[in-house]
Formats: sequence, structure tokens, C-alpha cells
Amino acid sequence: MTGSLPINDRFLALEALSKDFGTTRAVDKITLDIRQNEFFALLGPSGCGKSTLLRMLAGFETPTEGRILLEGRDITSLKPERRPLNLMFQSYALFPHMTVARNIAYGLEMERLSRQEIQSRVDEIIAVTDLVQFADRRPEQLSGGQRQRVALARALVKRPRVLLLDEPLGALDRKLRERMQLELKRLQHDVGITFIIVTHDQEEALVMADRMAILRDGKLLQCGSPEEIYQKPADRFVANFIGTMNFIPGRIDANQCFTAPGITLPGVRDLIGDALLAIRPEDVALTTPQHGIDCRLRDIAYHGLDRVLHVTLNACGTPVQVRVPARSDTGHAIGDALSLTFAADRCAFFPA
Amino acid sequence: MTRSPLAGRIVLTLVFGFLYLPIAVLVGLSFNESGLPTVWSGFSTKWYGALMANSDILGAAWNTLIVAVFSTVIATILGTLLALGLETRRRNGTAVEALVFAPMVIPDIVLAVALLSFFSRLDVPLGLHTIIASHVIFDLAFVCSIVRARLKHFDHSVVEVSRDLGASAWTTFWRITVPMLLPAIIAGALLAFTLSIDEFIIAFFTAGAGRSSITLPMQIYSMIRFGITPEINALATIVMAVSATALILSQWLNKDQFR
Repeated sequence: MTGSLPINDRFLALEALSKDFGTTRAVDKITLDIRQNEFFALLGPSGCGKSTLLRMLAGFETPTEGRILLEGRDITSLKPERRPLNLMFQSYALFPHMTVARNIAYGLEMERLSRQEIQSRVDEIIAVTDLVQFADRRPEQLSGGQRQRVALARALVKRPRVLLLDEPLGALDRKLRERMQLELKRLQHDVGITFIIVTHDQEEALVMADRMAILRDGKLLQCGSPEEIYQKPADRFVANFIGTMNFIPGRIDANQCFTAPGITLPGVRDLIGDALLAIRPEDVALTTPQHGIDCRLRDIAYHGLDRVLHVTLNACGTPVQVRVPARSDTGHAIGDALSLTFAADRCAFFPA
Repeated sequence: MTRSPLAGRIVLTLVFGFLYLPIAVLVGLSFNESGLPTVWSGFSTKWYGALMANSDILGAAWNTLIVAVFSTVIATILGTLLALGLETRRRNGTAVEALVFAPMVIPDIVLAVALLSFFSRLDVPLGLHTIIASHVIFDLAFVCSIVRARLKHFDHSVVEVSRDLGASAWTTFWRITVPMLLPAIIAGALLAFTLSIDEFIIAFFTAGAGRSSITLPMQIYSMIRFGITPEINALATIVMAVSATALILSQWLNKDQFR
């Protein structure tokens, strides 16, 4: 099936990749195709196997089963130093006894390139990553953001086929992280290298990735563009993990009708029995009292751009979040009775 | 315990006086013009000159240097490798670790007797080489412990980065691991050198008979049986100065690593 895809869509192919540590299975039969020049994110909570997966790609862990193909070539058992992939470590792992320029040149020296070639490529990448004035400093004299750029430059200067990034922005403060997210995306676009990033931060993945894969307990749950994953989550876990999701327990009967206390939604296909209705806070709207689902306002959280109203449904006591633009000051007070409507085409249903 | 700063200072002075006054007197008397330990008759370096003319002492000094240099080099190489090996097998290595550090706590006299009976059982002729081998055993533990302390602060991912950037395991060892551990390796070597230079008991037991393998501490011991001469004071001062220099350097390098 996948064999018929053009080579650029199977640039890096993971075939039923598994990794056992003793009796625990860290990565469980993951099959993924990563395209050339895409920014791909591996996203999941800690312990989901995403870092192990990355380390298998870099060559630091040997898969228990499965194969890794790069441009059709099997690299599963290649040593790390022989793979045209480079990994940027979470800790950056700069060489403390070398200057910034020496750190960056190290990988090129290993390729036994001429001194002029090394010099010109180091100069080039130092300029791209905005490190010119730090070239002669040692890592201990740099700030977190500068170290991160050195680690990035050191990996990029090798011109790898794929750059692997393990939580590259985890150690930075929020402002810098947001700036670096866009920087990384711009850089990836400029250098035209396939980036695979591991992160537990769903917002980071949404901002940066062209496509992303959601992992949990070593299994691949869903792979797709950020829009697909946000709007059409494959299961309850993904729905809950990405963004905020309201869940309302109920039942879908034989007439394709979802019912929960105080709620009736017809036209639900694919599912019969106990079910969960899932809807994003921004797809819930306030309506005239008595004309929708009655609820009571419990809390208001102001976020600058918008306001999140925390309500509980009167009929079943389920908590629901409603996101309204901050400018439309509704003048509600805690304890007020409100009424909600759900955008019917925005509702998703999962087995309870 | 008193909290008075004055009382604290007095106690401190007494302790350090007790520690260093005898040494200070020894050093002072080594410059005494008079040959008598109780009479100061003026400053002179003539006893140092006398040392240089004493072929027994020069021979012993040479032997000491050979023992110290060889045992230090061997112990430093083995101790560093041992530390690296222990670190990679850390999870199941506690028992091995205790074995490595045993020579640090076993009394020297026990080690000396054990080594002597070991060598004689194997019919190894005694000489400088047996002293070197014996010194390697206890130097090893010290080098290993200093290098291990440094390894505790070692981010192992730099080794992986090096491999990732295309370096072989061998290149990584020489270009990353060794340079990063170098302050600790040198500190360990200097400490080993210091320990070896003034070690008496083990050398005494494993040197064998005859003058050919006598070391400086043994030479001093044999001279002292005829009374303490200013010559011995001068010799002791030189040995001490060499040891102290190595020790201070070692401490300084070791402190540097936690900067």
C-alpha cells in the first residue's frame, strides 16, 4: 500500500518499529511516513515513547523489531556516526572545552573536509544563527537561548538529510520559546531540511509542525496536520490532549439520536450505545435564556483575547467551558443562569 | 562548643600549631649552620650541599623518582579506564566499587605483608619493579575515585553528540572524554605521585634486600638510626616540598572542575 507512494512522501519511513526495555514496551509497532522537507512533530505526554523513537532514528537505540528506511535505504542497524541524520539534544550537550566555533566545526572535521571548506561553512551557519559575536566564547559564557542556537548550528552545519530535535525549546523561558518557535520554522524553511521535533507541548507542535503524530504508551494514535488533529481528533485521548475539550456523557440510540439530560442531538452516525459528546469551548455559544441548554455560571477566566466561562449544566451537573471574545463584555456575574447552544457540525462523539 | 570568635581562634591556632609547628621546626633547622639540633648558629644551606655530595642519598632519590613516575603513569591510565568502566556499569557495580576502594582503607602494613607474601609465593624477585607494582595498587584507588567524582558531573550526552556528529568511539574518547576529564586525571596523577614519593611501609616490605632498590623514605629511616642530623632535616624538607607542591596543584585542579 505505502510502497506505491512517491519517494518524497516516504522520505523517512518507519515500518512497524518497536522497542522493548526489559519487559516494558516503550515503542509499539509504529508505522509512519515522513515527507521530504516537512516539519514533523512527535507529540505525547512524558513516557509515551517519543524520545525513544527519536533515539532509534538517531541510532542510539536498536529497535527490537521493525525497520527504518531513509530514501528507500535501510538504516536500521547503521551506527549513529554513519547516519545522515543529526540529533539536537534537549540538554544541548555543548562541548564545554571548546569555543562556539570549535563546537560547530567538530562535525565537519569528522568528515575530513578541507580547512577552507570547514571555515566557510562554519562562518555561514554562524551568520544564519546570529552567533557571529559569540564565535570565540565558551558555552559557559552563553545564555540559554544562545546555547540553544549553538546546538542547532552544530547539527545544521552537517547539512543532514533529517534534523531530529529533542524538546529543543524546553529549557527556555516562555517569551524566548515563542520567538524560537517561529525562528525554527523559518530556519527549517530556509535550509530545506526535514525536521522531526519531539515535544510534550501541544501548543508548540500546533504552531510549528506541518504534520504531527500523537503518541501514547508507545502507540501511534493519530497522524495528520495540526488542523486535522485539532478538528477531527481520532479518539477521546487525542481530543483531550490537544487544546481544551468539553465532554458530556450520554447515549446514542438506534435512531441516531444522542441524548443526555437536557440535551437531544439527532443525526449521529457510526456509533450506538453509551457515548461522549465532545465539543470545543469556542464552538459553544450563549443564547437567550430558556432557548438552549440551561446552565449556571461558576467562574470567569479572563485571557486577554477571550474570556472562558466555566458553567455547569443544570440537568446533569457536567462542567462545560465556553469561550467568548473578551470584547463582548456580557456583564455576567458568577451564579447567573445562562443558556447554551452547540454548533451541531462541530460535535464529535466517542465511545464512553 | 563555644560561639566566641576569640576562643574559636585560639583553638584553631592550637590545632594548626600542633599540626605544623614540628614541620616548621624541621624546615628551620635544615638551614641551621650548626650541626646541633638545639643551637642556632646562623643561616646556611650547607646541608643541602652535603646532600648533593652523598651518593647514597642521590641513588635513593633517583629510585624514588623512578618508582613515583612509573607507578603514577600506570595507575593514572588504569585508574581512569577503571573509573570510566565503573561509570558505564554503574547500576550493577556497587560490589565492584567496594573492591576498588579497598586499598584506600586497608592498613598499609597489611597490604605490605600481603604483597610481600604474594611476590615470594610467585617467586618474583624483589626490586624497584615490585615497589612500582605495589604502589600502582593503592594509587589506582585514589586516581579512580577522583576521576569518578568528575564523571558524576559529566553530561553523558556530549559523548552521544560526538557520535552523532560523525566521530567514532575512539575519536570521541580522545577529543571529548579525555579533555573534559583532564583536570581530574591530572589531579589524580599528582596525588598518586605525592603518595608514592613518601610511601615507606609498602616500599620497605617489597623492595627486597640490598641498596639497589632503596627509596628516599627508607634512606631517611636508615640514617635516623644514627641520630637526627641536619642533613636528614634538609632531605625531609625537599621531599616535603615536592609532595606539597604536587598536592596543592592537585587540590587546585580538583577545585577548578566545580567552577
